[in-house]
Amino acid sequence: MGLRTFIEGWPVYRQLTGTDPLGRGAAAKSDGSRALTARTDTADSMARSVCPYCAVGCGQRVFVKDGQVSQIEGDPDSPISRGRLCPKGAASKSLVTSPLRQTTVRYRRPYSTQWEDLELDTALDMIADRMLAAREQTWEDVDTQGRPLNRTLGFSSLGGATLDNEENYLIKKLFTAMGALQIENQARI
Amino acid sequence: MAEAHPVGFQWVMEAKRRGAKVFHVDPRFTRTSAVADSYLPIRAGTDIALLGGVVRYILDNELDFREYVLSYTNAATIVSEEFSDTEDGDGFFSGFDPETGTYVQDSWQYEGNEGSSGSGHTAKERDSASGLEHESHGAQVDGDTPRDETLQHPRCVYQILKRHFARYTPEMVERVCGIPQDKFLELAEAWTRNSGRERTGMLIYSVGWTQHSVGVQYIRTGAIIQLLLGNMGRPGGGVMALRGHASIQGSTDIPTLFNLLPGYLPMPHHADHPTFDEWVDSIRHPGQKGFWGNAGSFAASLLKAYWGDAATPENDYCYGYMPRMTGDHGTYQQVLNMIDGKIKGYFLLGQNPAVGSAHGRAQRLGMANLDWLVVRDLFMIESATFWQNGPEVATGEIVPEECRTEVFFLPAASHVEKEGTFTQTQRLLQWREKAVEPPGDARSELWFFYHLGRKLREKLADSPLPRDRALLDLTWDYPTHGPLAEPSAESVLREINGYDVATGRPLSSFAEARADGSTAIGCWIYTGVYADGVNQAARRKSRHEQDWVAAEWGWAWPANRRILYNRASADPDGNPWSERKRYVWWDAEKGEWTGYDVPDFEKTKPPSYRPPPGASGTEGIAGDDPFIMQGDGKGWLYAPSGVLDGPLPTHYEPVESPVRNPLYGQQANPTRKMYAHPVNSVNPSPPEQHSQVFPYVFTVSRLTEHHTAGAMSRTVSPLAELQPEMFVEVSPELAVERGLAHLGWAHLVSGRAVIEAKVLVTDRLTPLRVEDRLIHQVWLPYHFGFEGLVTGDSANDLFGISLDPNVLIQESKVGTCDVRPGRRPTGPALLDLVADYQRRAGINPGHNAPAVTTDSEGKEQGAS
Repeated sequence: MGLRTFIEGWPVYRQLTGTDPLGRGAAAKSDGSRALTARTDTADSMARSVCPYCAVGCGQRVFVKDGQVSQIEGDPDSPISRGRLCPKGAASKSLVTSPLRQTTVRYRRPYSTQWEDLELDTALDMIADRMLAAREQTWEDVDTQGRPLNRTLGFSSLGGATLDNEENYLIKKLFTAMGALQIENQARI
Repeated sequence: MAEAHPVGFQWVMEAKRRGAKVFHVDPRFTRTSAVADSYLPIRAGTDIALLGGVVRYILDNELDFREYVLSYTNAATIVSEEFSDTEDGDGFFSGFDPETGTYVQDSWQYEGNEGSSGSGHTAKERDSASGLEHESHGAQVDGDTPRDETLQHPRCVYQILKRHFARYTPEMVERVCGIPQDKFLELAEAWTRNSGRERTGMLIYSVGWTQHSVGVQYIRTGAIIQLLLGNMGRPGGGVMALRGHASIQGSTDIPTLFNLLPGYLPMPHHADHPTFDEWVDSIRHPGQKGFWGNAGSFAASLLKAYWGDAATPENDYCYGYMPRMTGDHGTYQQVLNMIDGKIKGYFLLGQNPAVGSAHGRAQRLGMANLDWLVVRDLFMIESATFWQNGPEVATGEIVPEECRTEVFFLPAASHVEKEGTFTQTQRLLQWREKAVEPPGDARSELWFFYHLGRKLREKLADSPLPRDRALLDLTWDYPTHGPLAEPSAESVLREINGYDVATGRPLSSFAEARADGSTAIGCWIYTGVYADGVNQAARRKSRHEQDWVAAEWGWAWPANRRILYNRASADPDGNPWSERKRYVWWDAEKGEWTGYDVPDFEKTKPPSYRPPPGASGTEGIAGDDPFIMQGDGKGWLYAPSGVLDGPLPTHYEPVESPVRNPLYGQQANPTRKMYAHPVNSVNPSPPEQHSQVFPYVFTVSRLTEHHTAGAMSRTVSPLAELQPEMFVEVSPELAVERGLAHLGWAHLVSGRAVIEAKVLVTDRLTPLRVEDRLIHQVWLPYHFGFEGLVTGDSANDLFGISLDPNVLIQESKVGTCDVRPGRRPTGPALLDLVADYQRRAGINPGHNAPAVTTDSEGKEQGAS
């Protein structure tokens, strides 16, 4: 190591001679941190999204590397949030990559004390059968005066408000066509 | 706001930097209070008394923005002589029917329109939460109404308002709310001084307002103030609802609610809407002014979107397929029906009622009494494991081996694993791009419901039953893509937007909607979001490249308007009220409305336009009527219909309160929705006996670091680490009174449950002097449950079920309880403790105070 390199390696020197007189940026950088690259720089792609927590609607940029979410940051272009995220929004990457997330279907038989595995397609089929059976058992064509009812009160639904508009639209459309009236949402709560 | 909507709060701080004065009203001192100019601690549940005090202050000092009030509100309109006020009825308006606990609204109408309330009896409206229909439009009223422009007529709205709030004096505000008079006057003075021609003031509320037995009337009181001060439809003004979930606005617009169809069309009622025409006329109100005159087009277009080719003018667009309401089918009624064994199956879609809904025990007992339950979520939530790990398993009320509920847990896709639009709190739709595929079996709701519908239709394909036609004729042909056969969210958005049936061309505006079957529209208020075949919600032009209105970021309903009723930002002649507050104005040269925003008015209708006699629909709206969705084009200080519990807000005590109503003999909202189910006992309140068994007021709200029932935060390690424990905040005074040690344990008891929490002794809470006695309030976060990285008892377990009559939302921001030091008992001893409190409080199963307060002594006191 030459003398010049040695002196330049000294943060105070860089602070006095460089562009960072307060020593809070470039001057204070170590070799280690200089070699770091932001995950946002090395991402394969970036999707523009919206924070899933409260209803302010902060813009998010979702960075993806090797098919995995590598970082989620505030979108500086957003006129709503100007790039900021709160503690929850800033933890979104931990939310979507949480090791606690369930990724397989689980099934609990009546009177059972434990969970079992179930194929997704089987589950879908069993649920469809149960809906049709409940509908069959509880169908109401008309009221006592013969006015149409066209409905079942045999099953119901309660949705969260992180469902998006397209999802809500299909849910309402399908349930209405089945005569299933008892659809509710966090919006009631 | 700084706690629960921190990033939105940056704009409050910007306003403060520019000289705005910030007032914060909350039972608890928070991060918002810390940076506000003034903080007003309030007794939970008394906001109408506070805001009513502001109304009185404005009227008594004639500080209303008179020109705005005269032209744009119904202040001058004369009300029927049959109307009598709560001031004369000791807490009751005219028309109360004690048998049903609801009002007949005929006497509330404008003079000469007594027969036009159309409601007759409002008991049905309450059960179907019909107040919600008015999210996009006012209730009906005939266009032509008698007025007194001098505001002197004793029955004009202005004078009625003045009399109604005459007793809401600063002294009364202090007595009811516990807010010192000088604090109150500082607020009233600043609010009025910062409103008018040159300035506007904004009112911001959160769910702390909606979760009350008088929640709608809280918001009404705020709206009255903002109309009196000329703050509606103007930049920097308005009543801003800070909603708490990413697309909760969207969940109301495109409702998954029992009583609504997309775009606030009502779900048909068996008695009121037997035919298509009767259904449409109940929305359109023939003869009424305003934009709802086109309701027939919106209704026909929705059915056309649902049933496609099968829907024809000849068969009333398959109206006969629609299921009919017969009463209250809301989520709380459902839960009680589950306990009673009337419901077989239940879907939970990203929702955790075991923690997030009022009366957690009722929720869990209901779920334990189903045939089957489908839970779709990111995480194994309490509502999926109640049969295994719930508190009722510990008490022996639920025994896994005896619990018959079959549970399907299906993993859901996260917000980055699917595309679609969220509608945020200002009606702005923002499209999310998909970043990655969901892991394993995780799927979007779009996938789940599309493929479930496909399966159901396959299973019924050969059915001869008429009832199955609705499902088989349904348009259900969304294109799918990718390895998981994900349905195209854009194709659903396109249907929501609406299209010309013959050509498939996406519509640009709901003005293109037709009642002849030539248009199909999934949600008419969203028409334009896919205008020109372009996903307008996906627009992300940087804020640096456009003006401050940012009209090219996302898309706001209706018609990309960022401020509703913005015609009111100009004076009756169409000129800006002031240069500072210039927003939308009439360009006489071009003969059109123009401005920074999309004008909320017919573009070429001049300010001087006056409707011809007898005009209805949009033709009936004058050039200076900015509130175009209202039946008379005016902002309603007084609501002759549409609000079920009164044309004017009135202070009632919360359903559970330690205090006798200081203003009226009537204690609580007489029209509230009550459920006298054995599981649902309400703690006694004065003048009932034994209210002292539950002497303290508790209220709940959010922590910055957690989200609602905790499924999206107690499972996320950085957030769980930041707020690891259930706790209760108590004042130092209460800690002394009850022997509570800081960082020690306490337990709280209500008539429903007992929960425990760590104690945080803090002067963020302060005892309030109310009616010459000290009222202690405690505060709890409601995020905790028994699953996740961090666990704790659920605050919502303490609440019973009492609902606002307009929208059937529960009172879960205020209740009464006892607070005791130490940990709660466990096992059967826990049930014994609650039973002991019930005995001492004289609570029989299903106890509710009578709707009409019956105590002659109290009545005299209230009238004094």
